[in-house]
Amino acid sequence: MELSGGEIIIEALKEEGVEHIFGYPGGAVLHIYDALYKQDAVQHILVRHEQGATHAADAYARATGKPGVVLVTSGPGATNAVTGIATAFMDSVPMVIITGQVHRAMIGSDAFQEVDSVGITRPCVKHNFLVQTVEDLAPTLRKAFYVASTGRPGPVVVDVPKDITAPEVKIPFSYPRDVQMRSYNPTVSGHTGQIHKAVELLLSARRPMIYTGGGVVASEASAELTEFTQLLGYPITNTLMGLGTYPASDEQFLGMLGMHGTYEANMAMHDCDVLLAVGARFDDRVTGTTADFCPHAKIIHIDIDPASISKNIRVDVPIVGDVKQVLEVMLQAVRQTDRRAKPDDLAAWWKQINEWRATDCLAYDRNSDLIKPQFVVEKLCEVTGGDAFVASDVGQHQMFVAQFYKFNKPRRWLNSGGLGTMGFGLPGALGAKLAFPDEDVVCVTGEASIQMCIQELSTAKQFGLPVKVVNLNNRYMGMVRQWQEFNYNKRYSHSYVDALPDFVKLAESYGHVGMVIERPGDVEAALREAFAMKDRLVFMDFITDQSENVYPMIEAGKPHNVMRMRELA
Amino acid sequence: MRHILSILLENESGALSRVAGLFSARGYNIESLTVAATNDPSLSRMTIVTTGTEQIIEQITKQLNKLVDVVRLVSLTETAHIEREMMLMKVRATGNDSREEVKRVTDIFRGKIIDVTESTFVVEMTGDGEKLDAFIRAVGEEHIIEVVRSGTSGIARGEKSLKV
Ligand SMILES: Cc1cc2nc3c(=O)[nH]c(=O)nc-3n(C[C@H](O)[C@H](O)[C@H](O)COP(=O)(O)OP(=O)(O)OC[C@H]3O[C@@H](n4cnc5c(N)ncnc54)[C@H](O)[C@@H]3O)c2cc1C
Ligand SMILES: Cc1ncc(C[n+]2csc(CCOP(=O)(O)OP(=O)(O)O)c2C)c(N)n1
Ligand SMILES: [Mg+2]
Repeated sequence: MELSGGEIIIEALKEEGVEHIFGYPGGAVLHIYDALYKQDAVQHILVRHEQGATHAADAYARATGKPGVVLVTSGPGATNAVTGIATAFMDSVPMVIITGQVHRAMIGSDAFQEVDSVGITRPCVKHNFLVQTVEDLAPTLRKAFYVASTGRPGPVVVDVPKDITAPEVKIPFSYPRDVQMRSYNPTVSGHTGQIHKAVELLLSARRPMIYTGGGVVASEASAELTEFTQLLGYPITNTLMGLGTYPASDEQFLGMLGMHGTYEANMAMHDCDVLLAVGARFDDRVTGTTADFCPHAKIIHIDIDPASISKNIRVDVPIVGDVKQVLEVMLQAVRQTDRRAKPDDLAAWWKQINEWRATDCLAYDRNSDLIKPQFVVEKLCEVTGGDAFVASDVGQHQMFVAQFYKFNKPRRWLNSGGLGTMGFGLPGALGAKLAFPDEDVVCVTGEASIQMCIQELSTAKQFGLPVKVVNLNNRYMGMVRQWQEFNYNKRYSHSYVDALPDFVKLAESYGHVGMVIERPGDVEAALREAFAMKDRLVFMDFITDQSENVYPMIEAGKPHNVMRMRELA
Repeated sequence: MRHILSILLENESGALSRVAGLFSARGYNIESLTVAATNDPSLSRMTIVTTGTEQIIEQITKQLNKLVDVVRLVSLTETAHIEREMMLMKVRATGNDSREEVKRVTDIFRGKIIDVTESTFVVEMTGDGEKLDAFIRAVGEEHIIEVVRSGTSGIARGEKSLKV
């Protein structure tokens, strides 16, 4: 089979099992778009801004576990994609981004729409390639998919000069099955000696704690984690990225930890004597001040990336490997022995934890005349049976979902944790809906965040992606306002969002349904009405309490056991 | 503490900038960096001299290993090794006394004079960094016109080697 470069790209996508790509055309990729036009195995979703393409592909990957694929043109197409690439990079999401480039002969000449895409994306990709010859195209794409989806996943950019995709130049095509890269061989099975040391330590603990993160999602190890945790009967907390990997409705779950984590999770972290960290990277939102992190604990850390281990916090038992594989070995080791932590110790530890839990740290005023954002999220959880795909933007609303939506399954909670990218929510929801057309998909957002990628309402219309938008409209960049309230003596410098659009009319103008909800009593009915409209995108504009804050909060420079709590009258 | 890292790198466009970019992006120090192709043209050999606490060096090593273009990496600091750096120095050499003096010092340091004009010499000198520093001091700032140093290259002693 003789194919042109443009056709090779399409064939490669088919070989990789890609059904959907997200993109936006332009001069440098027109040969590729022409090849796209002539087939229907790969469906192209035309976004309205390249940032939307990257977020949609990213959420598609988070929801399915398969790499998300993006196609954009050179120059501004590539630079518009950078925010989304960095977002995926920070959260270790597998993506392949194909960027057009100017003709090989013109590279370096400041040609029309030329940027050094490999240079610009270098610090925010797992790896990137500039394709040098047509012959290199197929092997490079194979490598790109392989690198993106193995080890610690991440985005990979493939920059393709236009002349390489030209229809006149055809070469024999065969897609390589295997990838050999002498310089890239991720470790997957953990060191047996270390694993047994870890099990020993866990079984001799008096106040054990399990802290798990996004690595459990990436490793598809939710079942192993749940079984292991329940076999031991130990308390467990998840990072923002790990929510859903352990059922939130289970008694052993203490909620999220960290800056806006629960009182019980953070206190248990502070007081534990053995900490098992699983696929989590000791982020600064999680650790509080590192000098006082888990001061009494011996720490075990399972991570596939050696660079995550002892980066921020020195650990005692490092295990480099894939979570699933390591947990399987640990499970076996625990099953084979009848040694367990002393029941009295464990009972005393749970008694202490339940006292912390009794503070009811997430309580909020339920008698308010104003709509409380927490209430909306609680009702949303109820109405969707806790089983929707929820994409969010960044801010208070994101934290309220993390605290109040009880995720019982992995890959349902889609949000930008590491980069904290406003604008992720709407395109993210569209990506998930495309992958799961029969499931409820919601975008929980704020009136500031939604405006960063609002143009994707048009994409939703064109491709029939009836997601539900829950806009928690507090007329403030709430998260910024909260910091200004606490740290800048209520000087609300530029955090008030003035001149907001009429979101109902806006939604309608894109051909969707808009609703505005102003009273707590109307919240549930509005949600039910919206979710009953299966085939319509419904934009629900909830006018919420402007003064609401996210509690608890560990403020800068404070340890886990010093939290700012809500004072309820 | 000073550390010397030896790296085998895919000899591909962009590989050097990945390494250099890693150091600047993460705020690590580079004292010197040398790189050139090896006897296997698909591989480059790089020597980096850096400084930092044990923990920082550990992170640098891990982050470098994570780069897809890095094939092998060792810290030479931990083994018996040899370090060499090459220097080319142009010195002012006018009048018999001063010409004689430069020749004498160059001999003591086992350097070579590789270019001679009526008013200048170019001296080639190889050694570890300290030896080159000492030579610079011995010649004296007032006689030096320019100095070009290659940066340190390193190799392990004995049987040990860095190979694919
Ligand atoms: C406004 C805001 C507030 C926030 N507040 C909080 C907060 O209160 N609490 C909180 O937890 N976060 C919070 N975050 C998120 C925070 O910034 C980090 O994104 C998050 O804590 C990182 O989660 P993680 O440790 O699970 O790491 P991830 O970024 O998910 O990294 C996953 C880790 O697992 C490893 N890994 C990947 N695949 C595998 C595998 N197969 N096997 C083994 N290991 C693997 C990776 O190497 C990496 O070390 C907040 C973010 C924002 C925007
Ligand atoms: C692209 C981008 N710019 C700026 C920020 C900083 N930031 C974090 S939260 C926030 C306010 C978000 O406001 P809104 O979307 O209304 O959510 P709320 O906090 O009110 O729920 C801002 C500006 C960011 N995270 N991302
Ligand atoms: Mg807001």
